[in-house]
Amino acid sequence: MNSQPTNKTNNFLADYVLFLADSSLIMGHRLSEWTGHGPSIEQDIAITNIALDLIGQARNFYQYAAEVISENKGEKITEDDLAYLRDAHEYKNLLITELPNGDWACTISKIFFFSAWQYFYYQRLLYCTDKQLSAIAEKSLKEVTYHLKWSGDWITRLGDGTEESKRRMEKAVEDIWPYTGEMFKPVDYETELENSVGVNVSSIRNEWLEKISSVFGEATLSVPRETWMQQGGKNGVHTEHLGYILAEMQFLQRAYPGLEW
Amino acid sequence: MNNQQEPLWEVFIRSKQGLDHKHVGSLHAADAKMAIENARDVYTRRMEGVSIWVVESKYIHASNPDEAGSLFDPANDKVYRHPTFYDLPDELKYM
Repeated sequence: MNSQPTNKTNNFLADYVLFLADSSLIMGHRLSEWTGHGPSIEQDIAITNIALDLIGQARNFYQYAAEVISENKGEKITEDDLAYLRDAHEYKNLLITELPNGDWACTISKIFFFSAWQYFYYQRLLYCTDKQLSAIAEKSLKEVTYHLKWSGDWITRLGDGTEESKRRMEKAVEDIWPYTGEMFKPVDYETELENSVGVNVSSIRNEWLEKISSVFGEATLSVPRETWMQQGGKNGVHTEHLGYILAEMQFLQRAYPGLEW
Repeated sequence: MNNQQEPLWEVFIRSKQGLDHKHVGSLHAADAKMAIENARDVYTRRMEGVSIWVVESKYIHASNPDEAGSLFDPANDKVYRHPTFYDLPDELKYM
């Protein structure tokens, strides 16, 4: 950063980076639930690869957040403290990331919508003035480009597939769609930092929708109509699912604090 | 997902320093595009390669091992076919 940031800016920055970290972590964790249960060995490996990519992104963001928060508080906070010792109401992940995996169509839908958002988001984050965020975005963009391609190909094959695959795909899209609006409605830390480090999220929506529509067109699926959108994740108001995810994910560190490999 | 309905593909990967694609294994996929993506996921996790070829297994034709004798033994004792009688100048590095 060029000038010494004020504490207020740093608080917004911390929240902002945590939002990115939490979204990647929770999505990665959910996808890891497929490990060993994939429909075939190739897909099992594909989806666990994606989960690993996301957790890697999360780590990059958490390490940066830890730096920022340590500076704010004047005490040393680590990436592990942030991932394992915060409660659900402190987590800022998008709601879509905490939804259950459901069937293959449901999981693919989540990955597709989320990756498309990440794709256009990271493209803009590349140019932000914060060098750390820009570097993380550059690395993550390559991974996300593949996630988007892979999930888009699955959407096409399931949508334009058998009667059953189409039915499941349509149901999945209908169920997940109300959780996509949150991606484009900014909260205070996003608006505050828009000019310096951030991204104008509402400006991403058109590109995102274009991508969705193009793939859906090929998949012979229709884009759902405007509907009421779920929100709150970015401010720590979550569905009932996050509690269970964190209980499983954090149990070991909370039961045996400081435990290491 | 019913693997019996998805065809089998042979996968060939060329490494970063390599000049040729080497056979690394096989996998199931519904079509060519999926086969390449699956090959990328399964066979390039540890930077094994930078180029992927996939061929449906049914298009690979192999020589019959029972015919190995008549196919390959005759080449064994024809030393005149090997270019080993030339003195190469030192300047030629890549022969």
